[in-house]
Amino acid sequence: MNKITKNNLITYGIVIFAYIVFEILMLTGNLSSHLKGLLVPMTYYAVIAVALNLCVGILGELSIGHCGFMCLGAFSSAFFSKATENVLPTVPRFIIAFIIGIGVAALFGFLIGIPVLRLKGDYLAIVTLAFGEIIKNVINSFYIGIDSKGLHMNMKSAMDLNMEADGNVIVNGAMGITGTPHNANFTIGIVVLLISLFIVQNLINSRDGRAIMAIRDNYIAAEATGINVTGYKMMAFTISAAIAGAAGVLFSHNITTLTASSQYFGYNASIMILVYVVLGGIGNIRGSVIAACILYMLPELLRGLNTYRMLIYSIILIVMMIVNWSPKIIAWREKKFGKSGMFGLIGRIIFRRNKEVA
Amino acid sequence: MSFLTYLINGLSLGSIYAIIALGYTMVYGIAKMLNFAHGDFIMVGCYIIFSVSAALSGNSVVGIIVAIVLCTLLGVTTEFVAYRPLRGAASPLAVLITAIGVSYLLENIALLIYGADIKSFSSVIKWEGVSFAGGQLKIQGVTIVTILVSVVILIALQLFINKTKQGQAMLAASEDKGAAALMGINVNRTIALTFAIGSALAAVAGALLCSAYPSLSPYTGAMPGIKAFVAAVLGGIGSIPGAMIGGLVLGIVEILSKTYISSQLSDAIVFGILVVVLLVKPTGILGKVVQEKV
Repeated sequence: MNKITKNNLITYGIVIFAYIVFEILMLTGNLSSHLKGLLVPMTYYAVIAVALNLCVGILGELSIGHCGFMCLGAFSSAFFSKATENVLPTVPRFIIAFIIGIGVAALFGFLIGIPVLRLKGDYLAIVTLAFGEIIKNVINSFYIGIDSKGLHMNMKSAMDLNMEADGNVIVNGAMGITGTPHNANFTIGIVVLLISLFIVQNLINSRDGRAIMAIRDNYIAAEATGINVTGYKMMAFTISAAIAGAAGVLFSHNITTLTASSQYFGYNASIMILVYVVLGGIGNIRGSVIAACILYMLPELLRGLNTYRMLIYSIILIVMMIVNWSPKIIAWREKKFGKSGMFGLIGRIIFRRNKEVA
Repeated sequence: MSFLTYLINGLSLGSIYAIIALGYTMVYGIAKMLNFAHGDFIMVGCYIIFSVSAALSGNSVVGIIVAIVLCTLLGVTTEFVAYRPLRGAASPLAVLITAIGVSYLLENIALLIYGADIKSFSSVIKWEGVSFAGGQLKIQGVTIVTILVSVVILIALQLFINKTKQGQAMLAASEDKGAAALMGINVNRTIALTFAIGSALAAVAGALLCSAYPSLSPYTGAMPGIKAFVAAVLGGIGSIPGAMIGGLVLGIVEILSKTYISSQLSDAIVFGILVVVLLVKPTGILGKVVQEKV
């Protein structure tokens, strides 16, 4: 077994191990209902962290609008599920919902990728932020209803839909979609996470993945060796958007009222996921999963401290960044403890970072 | 007539964005970092004015001075404690995430001290304003003052950067830190000075913002901060006249689209403009094109 396969298997192993531990805790009744409610969000945040790491770490383009793709996946799939709730049985409906959510997110990832990927660096970052906000705002002003005559849609108000008596407003503007069937559970979340890990890890170690990383490290050199820079960039960005869409499907099928609010889909949410990716290690897929789980749980577990929890979280964030990344502290650490010292160990497990990423 | 009123309101909002964007763009130009906490400096400034005015029973002039001084101190301290250790880190994202951490920290400190409820901020400008054409066109005092203040700040900054030694040092440090250090410029001090100016501007912007839109909460600064950043990028990040133009364009577009199209979609339109401009001119309206060397 070569090193890459072994490394990939360790990642799957960690996820499956965590799954078994949580399942046992749940079966033996050691998990409070509050904690149980956090399990599905934990999986979709891990999924979108993996997606974002593909974009930031492997493709090397900073995106701060990934929650926009999650939002698209969430709304398109929730719309489908709600519209066919009484028509299709649960299992095929949920599978089609996944396909629709992923497809819509991928389509928009592709369309948005065409202009966005022409830009570089911070300009690219701010445009992804802009697109994320545009998606959120536009979805917030959609009204879609269904009645015996078919679909009605406008951007004014639910009253203007002019529906028949049997009509049903599905997307109600800023009120969003209410009552999407709760089909997502922890097991499905873990399966989606494993599938996205499988896709991303195999992509990284394929010919395509190496081409993408070559573009990240030096696109001029990559272009000179005959790599289709635009094509590979589009490919990585679209796949990343599609996986974010899958996270969105999990999101919408786990929540009663789905609204395109800034709390879940604004730039702040996208930045929170970027924090997971950076603390987990840019370019380190396993790190993203672990960091997403820990950092999602951390403020929730600090809930006992109530008003101080976000304060503590922000201080931890600042201190961790300085300790992990400050050139002076890194030098001091290596002098004091050697490369595999105290922080080196934690660093190797969780915060291992890809030295090549500039 | 009403169109003219909206246009002037847009100009006023745009001037506020421009003042914030000036801080953003100066810090970015020299430290090459997005200071995500910049928007929260505005909020801190507003709360200081709010508290001091309340303590001195409505004397907002002292409040503004105290806010400018404290925000300057806050900016320099943040730079020293949180950003300076990360200068030269392996990834530029490290300092970005730290800035996000600082932003969370400031918001939560404000939340602890003042609570989440929205405070109503009494305008620091007591002037009623003027009306033209027999009362058909009313311009509020705060609108006029905002536009004037932003013009004064723009001119002062241009003079400072182009005519003084410290300003030239800033330009040099933003061009090439290593070469600037060899010329005897204290790069760290120059960056600290930039943060000081940027934060002082944030306090001024805060006073004007909350005078025009008198509701104050721990998240007051976040959205104007992001919009100002968009304005800085729109005008070409690192360019001072660019920040001004970007801010004005953004403010006018926001107010006009809110009035004539849809308040729901105005943010989408504002961000749409950014996308279109960057696609036509990828470095912003007045941005410099940097050739990449192989």
